[in-house]
Amino acid sequence: MSGETVFKIQNLNTFYGAKQILKKVNLDIPPKAVTALMGPSGCGKSTLIRCLNRMNDLVLNFRYEGDIIYKGTDLYASSVDVTELRREIGMVFQKPNPFPKSIFENIAYGLRIQGVKDRDYLSGVVEESLKRGALWEEVKERLNDSALALSGGQQQRLCIARALAVKPEVILFDEPCSALDPMATAKIEELILELKKNYTIAIVTHNTAQAARVSDFTAFLYMGDLIEFEPTGKMFTAPKDSRTEAYLTGKFG
Amino acid sequence: MTRNQWSKFSDRVFQAVGLFTTFFGLAVLAVLLYDVFTDGFSRLNWQFIMSYPSRKPEQAGILAAWGGTIWIMVTTALFAIPIGIGSGIYLEEYARKNRLTNFIEINIANLAGVPSVIYGLLGLAIFARAMKLDRGVITGGMTLGLLVLPVIILSTREALRAVPSSIREASLALGATKWQTVRYQVLPAALANIMTGIILAMSRAIGETAPLIAIGALTYIPFLPTSPVSVSKSAPFVNFTLQGFLDPFTVLPIQIFNWVSRPQKGFLVNAAAGIIVLLLITLFMNAIAIYLRHKNQKRW
Ligand SMILES: Nc1ncnc2c1ncn2[C@@H]1O[C@H](COP(=O)(O)OP(=O)(O)OP(=O)(O)O)[C@@H](O)[C@H]1O
Ligand SMILES: [Mg+2]
Repeated sequence: MSGETVFKIQNLNTFYGAKQILKKVNLDIPPKAVTALMGPSGCGKSTLIRCLNRMNDLVLNFRYEGDIIYKGTDLYASSVDVTELRREIGMVFQKPNPFPKSIFENIAYGLRIQGVKDRDYLSGVVEESLKRGALWEEVKERLNDSALALSGGQQQRLCIARALAVKPEVILFDEPCSALDPMATAKIEELILELKKNYTIAIVTHNTAQAARVSDFTAFLYMGDLIEFEPTGKMFTAPKDSRTEAYLTGKFG
Repeated sequence: MTRNQWSKFSDRVFQAVGLFTTFFGLAVLAVLLYDVFTDGFSRLNWQFIMSYPSRKPEQAGILAAWGGTIWIMVTTALFAIPIGIGSGIYLEEYARKNRLTNFIEINIANLAGVPSVIYGLLGLAIFARAMKLDRGVITGGMTLGLLVLPVIILSTREALRAVPSSIREASLALGATKWQTVRYQVLPAALANIMTGIILAMSRAIGETAPLIAIGALTYIPFLPTSPVSVSKSAPFVNFTLQGFLDPFTVLPIQIFNWVSRPQKGFLVNAAAGIIVLLLITLFMNAIAIYLRHKNQKRW
């Protein structure tokens, strides 16, 4: 681990209504690396990653206890501007969710809502973002076509490029490949490895092979408990907990 | 009969009954249309469309009626669309779910089912009497506005609900505020469906007679409401006025109603011709609504 920890999650309990999901989770997410959140369905991976950009604020009966420290300040402090925070901490979702607009407008949206109007500047950012999202070559001739006409894998890369356009420091991925075929998955994984040079990345997956391929650190969650958090190589070769081992060898999940 | 034969037989019977009831409805409609068209079609000509009412059936026309209908519909739209869409957005996107909003929701749904003549009485009491707007275009327009408001609110909410939450999440995750998300993503995505709901509501309102009679709309109007724009030979050359909104009016269904109740055969022919015009207008509006709905289906 190098540099300052980006997220320090301390004794995090979360609830939907009366139902507790995460139980005393402690986790440090390091900068410029890929941290995988792995575990069987329903264990609370999405709940955890959605705490990191406060998407859970939208759920009416969501409640949490504990602390999440982002770059030294309390993420949930009342002084924090959530919209600004979400610009810094981008998110890519399970199902590609392009806006029903042109490719160009999808990428430009994040800047437009910040009041950017300069067409040349927008074009520059759109091109740069699509290049970083490894989509430029495929779409440069049809930026004004509807984003909905793209394939699933292209749509997901568009969503990544769209997140990059607002210049985030962190990107959260919630099972970005679960709706994609192996070829498209490979492209996204390659892209994630490229992105980690410049961004802090957290990725949810229930696919152990994917965690092994893309991540530097892996957290194994099971029924709301954080069972183990280790460098990926270490966890996959010598898991400490028997439940981790069972999951890695495909005995459940 | 074995069980199998019996179920096949009852299947057949049901099909036959279903077919019969469907055709019965269509046949009645066809007879009605045939009747109206044979009576009224020959009367449909330019003179009929461009003439004011008259005591002589062959000189009478529907100019004041369709002119009034347009005035009323524009007023209704100006009044009901902003309020309806605004309330729909508030209730669907912003309002906390609690007892009060629940109560409001139930009442809006109930209002959509209240007989239209009740709205007429409401318009008479509030707009015509209490607000002293008398029985002019604005009173009629706002009364029909009240009538379509619940329907517009409900269809706006439905259209907003049909926008997948993944779109909202995508927008919010990019740092958009709630309002930006509604304004730039949710509303545009829902607009075609909202428009469909509005047009259908308006095309119902266009045929409403009872509430307008309740507020005391006149049946014999030999003029149009004052035009909002007029041209004069001296300065300032172009004049604007809102007087038209206070002028008395009549509408197509009232004109038709009035003619139907006359004893002379000629007025019945006029009524049939007026019905054709009204049907064409409604048909046209419904066609637009169907087109919008169809076009929008291809999304997502
Ligand atoms: N908005 C909500 N209200 C109530 N319960 C919820 C809500 N969202 C999630 N849950 C519950 O919280 C638990 C954890 O959900 P979460 O989405 O975090 O799981 P996950 O690990 O991401 O699973 P998956 O791999 O299926 O995506 C599940 O039991 C789920 O039913
Ligand atoms: Mg999940």
